[in-house]
Amino acid sequence: MNYARTVIALACIVLGLGVIFPWAKTIIILGLCYGLASLGVALPARSGQVSFGHAMFSCVAAYCVAFIAKAYPTTDGLLLILFGTLLSTLFAAFIGLFMVRYRGIFYGMLNLAISMVIVALLGKLYSLTGGTDGIRVDRPTMLGVMTQRSEFETILLSFTLVVCIAAGWFYQRFIKSGSGEALLGLKSNETRLEYLGLSAQRVLWVGYVISGLFVSLSGSIFALAQGLVTPEMGSWTRSGELVFITVLGGVSHALGPFVGAAIFEAVKLTAAAYMAGVWQLLLGCTLLVVIVVAPQGIMGAVAKRNKQQANS
Amino acid sequence: MNLDTLLLGIADGISYAGLLFLVSLGLTLIFGVLGVLNIAHGSLYAFGGYAAASITRFAIGHDQSSAPILFASLILAAIGIGILMGLILEVGLLRYFQNKDPVIKLLITFATFLIFEDLQKLIWGTSPYSAGEIVTQLGTVEIFNVVYTVYQIFVIPSIALVSYFGLNFFLKKTSLGKQTVAITHNREVATALGVNVNKIGTFVFVLGAIFGALGGALAVPVSSLSPGIGAETIVVSFTVVATAGLGQITGTLITALLIGMARSIAVYVAPEFEVAIPYIIMLIVLLVRPHGLFTVAQSRRI
Repeated sequence: MNYARTVIALACIVLGLGVIFPWAKTIIILGLCYGLASLGVALPARSGQVSFGHAMFSCVAAYCVAFIAKAYPTTDGLLLILFGTLLSTLFAAFIGLFMVRYRGIFYGMLNLAISMVIVALLGKLYSLTGGTDGIRVDRPTMLGVMTQRSEFETILLSFTLVVCIAAGWFYQRFIKSGSGEALLGLKSNETRLEYLGLSAQRVLWVGYVISGLFVSLSGSIFALAQGLVTPEMGSWTRSGELVFITVLGGVSHALGPFVGAAIFEAVKLTAAAYMAGVWQLLLGCTLLVVIVVAPQGIMGAVAKRNKQQANS
Repeated sequence: MNLDTLLLGIADGISYAGLLFLVSLGLTLIFGVLGVLNIAHGSLYAFGGYAAASITRFAIGHDQSSAPILFASLILAAIGIGILMGLILEVGLLRYFQNKDPVIKLLITFATFLIFEDLQKLIWGTSPYSAGEIVTQLGTVEIFNVVYTVYQIFVIPSIALVSYFGLNFFLKKTSLGKQTVAITHNREVATALGVNVNKIGTFVFVLGAIFGALGGALAVPVSSLSPGIGAETIVVSFTVVATAGLGQITGTLITALLIGMARSIAVYVAPEFEVAIPYIIMLIVLLVRPHGLFTVAQSRRI
């Protein structure tokens, strides 16, 4: 499987779908956001640290976007995304200072605990955040031009696609870099990593900030695409879905989370139409099957097959 | 805030801490012996509560509404659910992943949690459940000018304390308990010395599951259950367990009291922050002592 060709083909399919089925544009954008956020979860997961609270960064970014849009209604859409992402990434960098001291179960559950605090506060501080009803985000100008809904969605879809490809490219570059390899080394033996003169906490922190950046970016785009931000964006179910996508797609290649997100969205739409009541049950069963059959996810299985073909 | 509200807050706190302790005890026990952080523990709490509400309704439907029968139905629901779901989880699933990475085991329990969450909705629907009859049956008591229900101020804390002392007796005085402690020290050496690790693992898991379900069953007379309760429970009980230090039983008791009190008093003082209180306590504790309040260096867990 040639990865570059696959990416181009997938990007064309995504754009084509958006053009042929205009009603599907928002769904596709949201799906790409899921993929982008899972790409963020995947990075610390390479070092064996699975977070059950990463959706909080998308939630924080979305609220930053909503607050800025409310205070300065004329702000351009791209600027909103930029500032939302920036503020939320700073927040991730701060939380990361605390998180890098923990591994495994503690890492996963502490992320969850902080996300629960944020969701609870966003829901309770009604006068500031509008409670669980959330805040509406009106459609902003894009690059200075006020657009119709359909054009706005097309611009946002193209933008999201570019962002996703750039993020995927960066992910691939990063995991091949010194810091990226160190992140993988952290999983197999942290003591040896420290013996090489690298600070494990620093390695993990860099990974955490980049992962926070990806999730924040997805949250900012999500806020504009949906036109509404609610505390639910940071809920544990959302974080759990990101973990699910990451495990399903695999962390060995940037394509993994996006393939995982595509399957996730497809299953979600089917389930919503035919079996709304057992959606989580379906997710749980799939997760069990994936863990047993392909512990490295879909991309892990693909890489294995590529290797076998190269050998024969 | 005046003295009366403070007393009311403390009374609320004692009752809440009792429930919190029972759930956290199950979680920390299972972690100490099997090394699994059981996310599905929240579902055990929910299932225990729903089952207790169903049995209570059944008993009342058959004109059996005396306090002992209602109480027995709560306990029976907890034991039944604990044994059933504990066996499904341990023998049916986790046993096959015994030697895997802890994160894989975490994902397995997360998957089962998702499954249980929907099963719960399929069985009991989404409307709130409660069963307050036993509380009215037992009546109220007046302490320092504050009227409080006997059930909350007396029944819940006594069961929590009985569980605490019972478990300590089991671990320190019985043969099976001593073997359990041996496993937490060193699993391989214990196996080599002839301890049946699988059998004890199943027993401890079921025991922990019963504690989780008991928390839910005792909570249902004083609060109402609705979907989502499982997630909330697992996170708060993890907070207690992490603050105390994983595997610390006495530590869990003290921490449950601390967090329970703080949260109940916050209801009266700063209601907006009530939900966040446990996590804030945990974050402060973990900043100072990264492995929890009561963890001693190189100590045995449990």
